[in-house]
Amino acid sequence: MFRQTEIINQPSTIPPSKEEGEYLTINVGPQHPATHGVLHLVITLSGETIINIEPHLGYIHRSIEKMCESLSYRQFIYVTSRMDYLSSHINNHACALVVEKGLQVEVPQRAQYIRVIMDELTRIASHSLWWGAMAMDLGAFTPFFHAFREREAINEIMEETCGARLTMNYMVPGGVMVDLHPNFQQKTKALIQAYYNRLDEWDELVTGNIIFQNRMKGVGMLSAENAISYGCTGPVARGSGVSCDVRKIYPYEIYNQLQFDEILETGCDSLARYNVRLKEIRQSLKIVEQLIDNIPEGEFQAKTKAVLKLPKGEFYQRVETARGELGVYIVSEGGTTPYRIKFRSPGFSNLSALNHMVKGSKIGDLIAAMGTLDLVIPDIDR
Amino acid sequence: MISLEKIATLIDGWLHQHFNDVITLLIECVLVGVGAIALFALLGLGLVWMERKVAALMQIRMGPNRVGPKGIFQTSADTLKLIMKEGLTPDGADKLLFNLAPVLVIIVAMLILAPIAFAKNFQIWDINIGVLYVSAVSSMSVIGILMAGWSSGNKYALLGAMRSGAQIVSYELSAGISVLTIVVLTGSLQISEIVQSQQTGWWIFKGHIPAIIAFVIFIIAATAETNRAPFDLAEAESELTAGFHTEYSGMKFALFFLAEYINIFIVCAIGATLFLGGWMPLHIGNVQAFNHAMDYIPSSIWFLGKTLFLIFVIMWFRWTFPRLRVDQLLNLEWKYLLPISLVNLLVMTVIAILGWHL
Repeated sequence: MFRQTEIINQPSTIPPSKEEGEYLTINVGPQHPATHGVLHLVITLSGETIINIEPHLGYIHRSIEKMCESLSYRQFIYVTSRMDYLSSHINNHACALVVEKGLQVEVPQRAQYIRVIMDELTRIASHSLWWGAMAMDLGAFTPFFHAFREREAINEIMEETCGARLTMNYMVPGGVMVDLHPNFQQKTKALIQAYYNRLDEWDELVTGNIIFQNRMKGVGMLSAENAISYGCTGPVARGSGVSCDVRKIYPYEIYNQLQFDEILETGCDSLARYNVRLKEIRQSLKIVEQLIDNIPEGEFQAKTKAVLKLPKGEFYQRVETARGELGVYIVSEGGTTPYRIKFRSPGFSNLSALNHMVKGSKIGDLIAAMGTLDLVIPDIDR
Repeated sequence: MISLEKIATLIDGWLHQHFNDVITLLIECVLVGVGAIALFALLGLGLVWMERKVAALMQIRMGPNRVGPKGIFQTSADTLKLIMKEGLTPDGADKLLFNLAPVLVIIVAMLILAPIAFAKNFQIWDINIGVLYVSAVSSMSVIGILMAGWSSGNKYALLGAMRSGAQIVSYELSAGISVLTIVVLTGSLQISEIVQSQQTGWWIFKGHIPAIIAFVIFIIAATAETNRAPFDLAEAESELTAGFHTEYSGMKFALFFLAEYINIFIVCAIGATLFLGGWMPLHIGNVQAFNHAMDYIPSSIWFLGKTLFLIFVIMWFRWTFPRLRVDQLLNLEWKYLLPISLVNLLVMTVIAILGWHL
């Protein structure tokens, strides 16, 4: 019906004007239904057309990095569940990996399998929630409830094994905290089967909808070059055709033994990013399917000392969360707590591309483009 | 059998016995006014409840089920809450226009009620230009929305009102033209005559393909005119928080809310009258037994049933489709619906001249 590609690729078509009253400045957020958190965007508008977007951060800053510096190597992992709360398993995983790297601990096979299954289940849950929220941003409410129904099944599985539904705190240095619940395998298998059916249903309900396609096609264009220069990772970069899956490029745990594809789309628009996420759910299901019947017997946690001390030096580990690449960087002075810790969060870099993506398009496009970035504000602010 | 027509005649006769003509007319005016307001309240409560139940049905949940059986008093409780709430007027608002806007929207909705035929020979005002009157008055509701958006002194409200203005003015056209296709067939603008002309079959069946096209366009345009999803750009809660009524609270907000549902009822009633035969029962050719059975169902039930069916369809839209973007919305109207409905009108005129519809 309408393609706005031409306009978006030339962000400078509207000359900046300094005259007062010509442009309208509105504050989207910190309390706004479409920002899904306390994100504050100062938007300059000319009628319905966006001239400039300025994100303001800091509303939910909890100084997690500073807090981590006064917590021991066992304790600081629990704080990181509160960063990107939709992929807390994967955050914990990154921290556990970096500590293991420093301690030179060998993680038992069983723990590695459990960790990967948990990571992928988290990714499915996160993408499902995103799918519902994305459709809700575009004005369709019903998918939100469908997405939550599916996510609930994953939360129940998590609750049985980890005892938590959101902030899992399940990964510990050397393995996982407790062994799997006896119901785990059976419930997960049922979940996978249900999910394949649901994904077809989702495609019927939302993906194939003509209004939805028109809202997403050619919106929020982000070329491969720009995706790289803004530091975008995860589905956002892969929607622009940039190969950046940490699971493939820098495999950790048992990812190099698994059969799965890195999803790449070349559309560069919101629809491409949408398709990447939906296809990633299928890939994650495939990974879980491969592992669920083959979890080896044995220890679920390696023997570690009661008080962990990392040797003097610098340690870095990256993992692929649902939103992109999460890096954990620890500087150790040899003590029981990190000297300095720094997280490289995917959301922050992805958000920085927003202004470039939606300049010159309509307010509705801002929502469609921002939705596909899958922003989790506590991850951006920490 | 008791019908609304008989009740009306009885009351009229009784009043004429006891009072002279002028006083009778005055009393009848008051009665009609009270009746219209009562209908408003009932429709508001009923349709909001229905919307919530339809939404729940689509969204695999229960919907309201705590206040009263099946939650039917939930909306009454909500209304009570809204009445108790403080009706804030922001400092930056234009006080007069801000308070006038919801009243204006409600008055417009109330005015359109006049020529609608609720049952056989039961109509408030059988004006001979009924359809024209409805189109003319309904386009005034945009003034109320623009007034609300501008006077709020809120940028979200202003944007919402701007969108609403562009949207309602555009969709008025194709709604009007699709109504005209039926007027061409009937040869009259009077609602009662349009209903009467469908005695041998509803226009959607008798009017061949152009009538079906006109019906579909009418439903789309009606959804857009009432600011309902997928055309709810004026409110667009994920973009503009609440659009033109962002600053309204308490009863003033409730009036906007009520007007929305009344408007849905009215456009669906017009749609049912023009295309689905109004209060006319469903007749199939010469199957006498079936036709007689259908005749036993009171005309008011027929009218209400058809209207509620259309309302359900519009609610179904809302809970299924995503929202359009503002430029796509206008493209849809000016590039697709308007040309199609113009050609459709032409085809229908040819059919009417050739007499194929009889």
